[in-house]
Amino acid sequence: MAITRETVLHVAKLARLELEDSEIDRMQKDLGNILEYVNSLAELDTASVAETTQVAVLGAPLRPDQVEPSLSNEAALSGAPRSVSGGFAVPAFVEE
Amino acid sequence: MTDVLDLPIVAQAAQVARGEISAVALTERALSRVEAKTNLHAFLHVARDAALAAAAKVDRKRAQGEPLGPLAGVPIAIKDALCTSDAPTTCASKILTRRNAEGSGGSTPEAGWRPPFDATVVARLRAADAVLIGKTNMDEFAMGSSGENSAFGPMRNPWDLTRTAGGSSGGSAAAVSAGLAAGALGSDTGGSIRQPAALCGIVGVKPTYGRVSRYGLVAFASSLDQVGPFARDARSAARILEVISGVDAHDSTSADVPVGAYEAACDRPVKGLRIGIPEEYFGEGLDPGIASSVRAAVSALEKEGCTVHPVALPHTRHGIATYYIVATAEASSNLARFDGVRFGLRMEPARGDLQTMYGKTRNSGFGPEVKRRILLGTYVLSSGYYDAYYRKAQRARTLIKQDFDRAFQTVDAIAAPTSPSPAFKLGEKVDDPLAMYLADIYTLPASLAGIAGLSVPCGMLAASATQPALPVGLQLLAPAFEEERLFTLASAVERLTAPGGPALPPA
Repeated sequence: MAITRETVLHVAKLARLELEDSEIDRMQKDLGNILEYVNSLAELDTASVAETTQVAVLGAPLRPDQVEPSLSNEAALSGAPRSVSGGFAVPAFVEE
Repeated sequence: MTDVLDLPIVAQAAQVARGEISAVALTERALSRVEAKTNLHAFLHVARDAALAAAAKVDRKRAQGEPLGPLAGVPIAIKDALCTSDAPTTCASKILTRRNAEGSGGSTPEAGWRPPFDATVVARLRAADAVLIGKTNMDEFAMGSSGENSAFGPMRNPWDLTRTAGGSSGGSAAAVSAGLAAGALGSDTGGSIRQPAALCGIVGVKPTYGRVSRYGLVAFASSLDQVGPFARDARSAARILEVISGVDAHDSTSADVPVGAYEAACDRPVKGLRIGIPEEYFGEGLDPGIASSVRAAVSALEKEGCTVHPVALPHTRHGIATYYIVATAEASSNLARFDGVRFGLRMEPARGDLQTMYGKTRNSGFGPEVKRRILLGTYVLSSGYYDAYYRKAQRARTLIKQDFDRAFQTVDAIAAPTSPSPAFKLGEKVDDPLAMYLADIYTLPASLAGIAGLSVPCGMLAASATQPALPVGLQLLAPAFEEERLFTLASAVERLTAPGGPALPPA
């Protein structure tokens, strides 16, 4: 199934991937080939088939609503590329 | 005399427990073999100091007369998708490393993310007195069937260094096959334990979904991912599985089902077990040598008193399409967490907002196959395509699961090939994503159904003009939580097809 360059760019934007120009052509071709292959599912009649989202899950377990030990602030921030004042630091995302 | 490193886990732990070898001496031997075999590129990080310290602790416990755990002193390797509090964890991705010196992108595994906690399976191995010797190489974020998607270069097959060790847990499989570790953990989303086990000639177990905690396993596709063991023999794998299995408060999908007696199951007779043979797994594209090796193993089981029955799994051919929609959709969601904020790489332009930082970090940090799958997953979940792809695949998944439900009404286990081909050449499929996906054709359906699976060596393909002797894996499948049956059958296959012990790769 053909997929347009615009679709690749749209999906990349949704996925927060800033693709290089050289990557876009390759992705367009590969995604087209893969979608053509997975379109084989269209031949299956699934009108009356239920969806499977999970397997072998026996139920949603509950636990008492009690505070339990968890990571310290320092440990939670230990892998962050930038942190400030006990929190994760990100670039500004509102206009001043 | 056999090197202690080439003995089964049960024997290694017994020698440590009896004081015939110290845990420190055993660890030193394993580490020196790791050093001698760096050409396999099985490891991304060797945990020399931590391993020796853990071994010394085992020796102290023994000296003080304290009881030892079932894996006392045994060298175990851990797939780099599992969090370790004392070693870097990268998933073989640059996005989980710090920026390089030039600031142009990610760097090396040694500059990898240091998780502030252990995965539950890692904690359970430590509690069983295992010695964790390092983190193994893999396809980036467990996406791949050949190891070639590792950001740090592929691992190699101990049987032929020009061939793949399989994927995605290829480093764990290569390490165990070459005896660098007595056992290893991997993760299996669509075959990532069973396929490399088959290609490297060892045992690999994909437990039932929910059998083993996923807490601390970096998520790829959460409805499919499962941690499992590698070892050279079924009994050794059984011992590891008994240690790591069981419900975990940190993983709400872990099942509160009693852990089986997997090791004891290795001694049970196979007589009376009904084995199903799905003809869909013996069709076009299967190496004829693998087909005859698998059929010979089944005949041997029949002579031991098993009965053999044809079973139909008619939706098998839809497995690949179903899997690549479901798994990529889940991956696109799971991998959203790699955004340059909480861990690993951050590419921050001098001028730019949050969105720019996300886009540059993710594009710089992820490799091509990961980007391909994120894009595919985002596409099938996007408005206008959700029904045609994602919903459709979830319904196809139901049909695939029903195939197995029906088959298991008449048989106790299913026997089939694990991989359609033996270990293929590195580079052979690397430019064709679809051809690579086809390598998983026999392992994907069981993952979608969430049932128990195992690959056990059942013979060797004879050397020819084009390839050396290469191992063949037999895949055994059982209903959910019936792992014991797999171990009973796998042990029998070992006794019947390799009475002198497992075939070992050239030194």
